[in-house]
Order: sequence, then structure tokens, then C-alpha cells
Amino acid sequence: MKKFTFEEKIDTRSGFGVGLVEAGRLNSNVVALCADLIGSLKMGDFIKEFPDRFFQVGIAEANMIGLAAGLTIGGKIPYTGTFANFSTGRVFDQIRQSVSYSEKNVKICASHAGLTLGEDGATHQILEDIGMMKMLPHMVVINPCDFNQTKAATIAIANHYGPVYLRFGRPAVPNFTPKDQKFEIGKALLLNEGADVSIFATGHMVWEAIKAGEILEQKGIDAEIINIHTIKPLDTAAILKSVQKTKCAVSAEEHQVSGGLGESIAQVLSRNYPLPLEIVAVNDSFGESGTPDQLMEKYGLTANDIVKAAMKVVERKAAMKTLSV
Amino acid sequence: MLIENVEKTTTVEELKKIASQVRRDIVRMVHCCSSGHPGGSLGCADYLVALYFREMKHNTQFTMDGINEDLFFLSNGHISPLWYSVLSRAGYFPASELGTFRKLNSRLQGHPATEEKLPGIRIASGSLGQGLSVAVGAAQAKKLNKDNRLVYVLMGDGEQQEGQVWEALMYAAHHKVDNVIAAVDYNGQQIDGPCDKVMSLGDLKAKYESFGWKVLECAEGNKMEVITETLQKAKSLTGQGKPIAILLKTEMGYGVDYMMGSHKWHGAAPNDEQLAKALAQLEETLGDY
Ligand SMILES: Cc1ncc(C[n+]2csc(CCOP(=O)(O)OP(=O)(O)O)c2C)c(N)n1
Ligand SMILES: [Mg+2]
Repeated sequence: MKKFTFEEKIDTRSGFGVGLVEAGRLNSNVVALCADLIGSLKMGDFIKEFPDRFFQVGIAEANMIGLAAGLTIGGKIPYTGTFANFSTGRVFDQIRQSVSYSEKNVKICASHAGLTLGEDGATHQILEDIGMMKMLPHMVVINPCDFNQTKAATIAIANHYGPVYLRFGRPAVPNFTPKDQKFEIGKALLLNEGADVSIFATGHMVWEAIKAGEILEQKGIDAEIINIHTIKPLDTAAILKSVQKTKCAVSAEEHQVSGGLGESIAQVLSRNYPLPLEIVAVNDSFGESGTPDQLMEKYGLTANDIVKAAMKVVERKAAMKTLSV
Repeated sequence: MLIENVEKTTTVEELKKIASQVRRDIVRMVHCCSSGHPGGSLGCADYLVALYFREMKHNTQFTMDGINEDLFFLSNGHISPLWYSVLSRAGYFPASELGTFRKLNSRLQGHPATEEKLPGIRIASGSLGQGLSVAVGAAQAKKLNKDNRLVYVLMGDGEQQEGQVWEALMYAAHHKVDNVIAAVDYNGQQIDGPCDKVMSLGDLKAKYESFGWKVLECAEGNKMEVITETLQKAKSLTGQGKPIAILLKTEMGYGVDYMMGSHKWHGAAPNDEQLAKALAQLEETLGDY
């Protein structure tokens, strides 16, 4: 197993903040909107540097999405910022009609996604956003894993014409991917080559997958670990290439089991190459208040849960072999 | 316990004492979990105490339907510590449970929820802008049930920026939902700063009036005498074909000097030293939990 190290823990939303300033410098059409959460979204630096290209809309997310759609008519590239819940569920029809169906170049940037938002509880912990966004035609769905990757993604999406959902989080997490990496939308990243099981992880769960890989190695299981930062379009080729070798897979995401990455992968496998898959995700339940670590543990989203799932699919694979003999 | 017409028994002085304890609860709760929203909670403490300990008829043997009771809905769900403290001090659940606020496996969620079945809560809130619609619906259910009790709802002023509030305002006037009393916590602050800077509300009174509401202004929303007077006036105006609004001028953070007059304490918890400083300003009247 390759060694992964990090110098510091830092929140992915800060990566967004830094990336947004950079995107603004690179392209004068980049503008930003926020619904009374400037600090939480780390948009302060952009506002300082480009005060005329920032629009405070107040607590009015539906209006914000409509405004963003309008700003694209005339060539602007609007980045909207609020929590993931208010970025998606609250404004689904505004996104569907004015952004996605109308193919507008809006970047919906969503912080505090998933359980790791912590103490605010279930009203704010959206676990259905990937599902809602990936169902929309034309929409690109990105869930980067750390600060560096979130920054890179924030810069890259300005160069992609069309609606994008960029999902990131609140807590400080290991920053282990390369500084100033190039971000390629839709390209899965092979982190560790392995022969026994493929682990496909997205967002905060990528680091958990790496930790799981280390534990599995001690158990004699050689895990291939792939960072699926783009859930849509999904890198089907990379997924199939990996499972043709390992013959079993685990997916991991900080999201509801319905509608997430695992479900997308299940679709790819059942259509092309059916084999054992376990999905590490929240099992049809709302979250609750607690610290991020407590919640990830209670809802089964830790490295250990990935390990258990990996052992299960490896077993299922073996059982299938016996059956076919 | 059925709390009815308690105005005869609970004096303004007693209400003030309760409010002081509620404020202690609030700062201790947010300190204990290092998160939550003290600013708005402290600011609305007097109003909620007046409602629950004097102006509302309600039963601490909680039922979801609350037939023949006055109902209260908290639309600005982030001030949950206040509501939890008031509910427990009124007798809905033991005050000792306040120490579980925002912790794993607690009934006292960061924002009010029904999933954990905390007595006193009838709907989840936290995503802003939804409570007025719910209150108006519940008020219509009361009318259909020939239940002549009232429905109270509290919203934030920043929250007024949500379009759904205005959909509900228009609807309530159109349908003559005159058994609802909606208060706006008019503290002039929200997360990113003063409402006037973030997204001005303009002449809120004129806006509500033009939407067909009867509007009362409560210039001193942290003064118990003024609050109870305003509430009695509001009650007397129900049943006359118009929904009633109270613009409740409060001060964010009221009662803790260093939290007052700024949006900084909207959603920040005090540290140990700050807690001690806050508690020194608030009399312990009912015993800390
Ligand atoms: C729909 C929605 N958008 C954004 C938020 C995040 N948020 C929580 S409180 C708040 C500010 C609310 O301002 P106000 O209603 O004036 O309450 P106060 O700060 O005075 O307590 C915001 C933006 C939210 N909870 N819900
Ligand atoms: Mg306010």
C-alpha cells in the first residue's frame, strides 16, 4: 500500500474560498453570490478583491439561483454560495428549470454537506443532494476530497460551460492531494493499485478509504483505491477497468444510500459487468446533532466500515467462485 | 399540567425572574456543546417566557394536535436553546435534559425536531422561512375544528428575506386567518451583519399592512411589562378578519453585556471565561439544571 501523508488538516470550504479568488483573477466574467453565509462559505477574500463582482442576496436562496441564471445571459459565470441543503433541496425546481433545463453556466457551490456539519443537526445535514443533482440532465456533480482538490475544482469549473454542482464540507480534514494539481472533471484518480478489491470513494470518505486500505493490507487484502471526485459524469471506463481486475467493489460516500455514488456504480456494474458490490453510505435515515466524528461512527461512515464492507465483498467473490466450480 | 389564564397568578416580577433563569440556561447550554445560537435566543427570552408562563393556554401533557390549546411555532429554529429552556422550565420535560443539547443521541437537537419526540415541538424548523406557512395551516385546522384557541409563531427579521414568508402573509390575509399572532424578532441583525446592510427589509410595518395584516409595534421587546401589554392587545384584536403581526424590537444578546448590539454572537458559543462573565450578570432564580 502506498503511503499517504499530510501536513495539515484544513476544511474543504477554505479550498473553495481560495479557489474562488483564483478563478476570479483568471476570468473577469466570474461573479459570486451569497445568501447570508459569507463567513461559512469563505467568500470574504473574493469580496475584498472583487467587490463589484459580488452580490449579497440575503436569506433568499431561490432568488439567488434565479439571479445566477440571469447573470449567465450576458456571459457571466456565477458561483452561488450557501449550505448544501439550501443549495439543492430548497431550490430544486429553480435549479431544474432555470439552470439545468435551460443549460445555464451556473456553478452551485455547496458547503456543510453531509453529516460532518455536526451539531446543527438533521435540518442542515443534507444527505440527498448528490442524488437530486445527479438526476438532473446536463448537471455535473463534483465532490472533492480535500482542500487542494476543492481549490483545483473551483478553478476548473469556470472553464467548463454548463451547470455544475460543487459539494464540500465544514470540518478540517487531512489535506493530502498535491498542491496546485490540475483538476480534470470526470476523471477518476487511481490512488493505490491493488488486486483484491476496488474501493471507490468520494469527498471526505476518500481519506477513510486510504485508512481502510492500510488496515486491509494488514489482513492480507490488497485494495485498489480510486478517488471518484466527479460523480457525474462518472468515469465508467476507470471503474470497469478496476473491477475487471479485482472482481469486487466497495463504494464510500457521505450521503444517503439512495441516489448516491454507490447507486451510480451499481448501475454501471449491473449493466456491464455484474459482481459483488457493497455500498458504504447512510442507510435511509436522517442525521442528528453530534460531533462529526461521533456521527460518522454512528452512521457507519468510517474506515472500519469500509474494511468490513471490503471483507464482505471479498468473501462473496470467493463464494461465487466456489459456486461456479 | 394545564397552564391557563396564568396571568392571574404569574406577576411581571415573577416572569422576569423566570427569564433570568432561562438566560442562564441558554448560555450554559451553548457553552456546554461549544455551538449554537445565543444571540437571538437571549433577545427573545422575555417574549417566550411571557407566552409560556402567562399569555398562552397550553398543556404540558403534550399532544401533537393541541386541541383547545394555544399553539406555538418557532420558525427561526436556530434559537432552539431558548425554546428548550422555556419548555423544560414550564414542565414539558426535566431541566436536567438541557445538558444534552446538541449532543449525540439527545432529544434536544441543534434545531427543533419531532423525530426524537421532544414534548412541545410540533414541526421541525431550522431551514428558515417555513414556520409561518405551518402556523397558518394549523390555525385553519383550529377553525375547522371549531377550536377557538390561538396560534403563535415567531420568525427572525433576516428570515423575512425568504419569499415563502410573503406567500404565507398573502395567503393568511386572503383567507382571513385571524386566529394567528405572528411575531418578528426585529433585532436588526443576521449572520453577515445588520439586516440593513445585508438586504434591507424596508418599511416592514407598511409591507405587512399592505399585505392585509394588522400590525402592532412593540418598541421594547425586552421589557416584560411592554411585552405582556402588547400580547394582550394582540389577543383582543384576533377574530376580526385579519391576521395579527407583532414587530418585536429586541436586542440580540440581551442580558449579557458583551453579546449585545452585534451580530457576532448570532451563532457563536462563549468560552469558559466568557461564560463566567455572562453568568455573573444573570441571577439564578429557579436553580441551574
Ligand atoms: C433557508 C435558510 N438559509 C440560510 C440559513 C442559515 N442561517 C441560519 S440563521 C441565519 C440568519 C437569520 O437571521 P435572523 O432571522 O435575523 O435571525 P437572528 O440572526 O436575528 O437570530 C441564516 C442565514 C438557514 N438556517 N436557512
Ligand atoms: Mg435578526
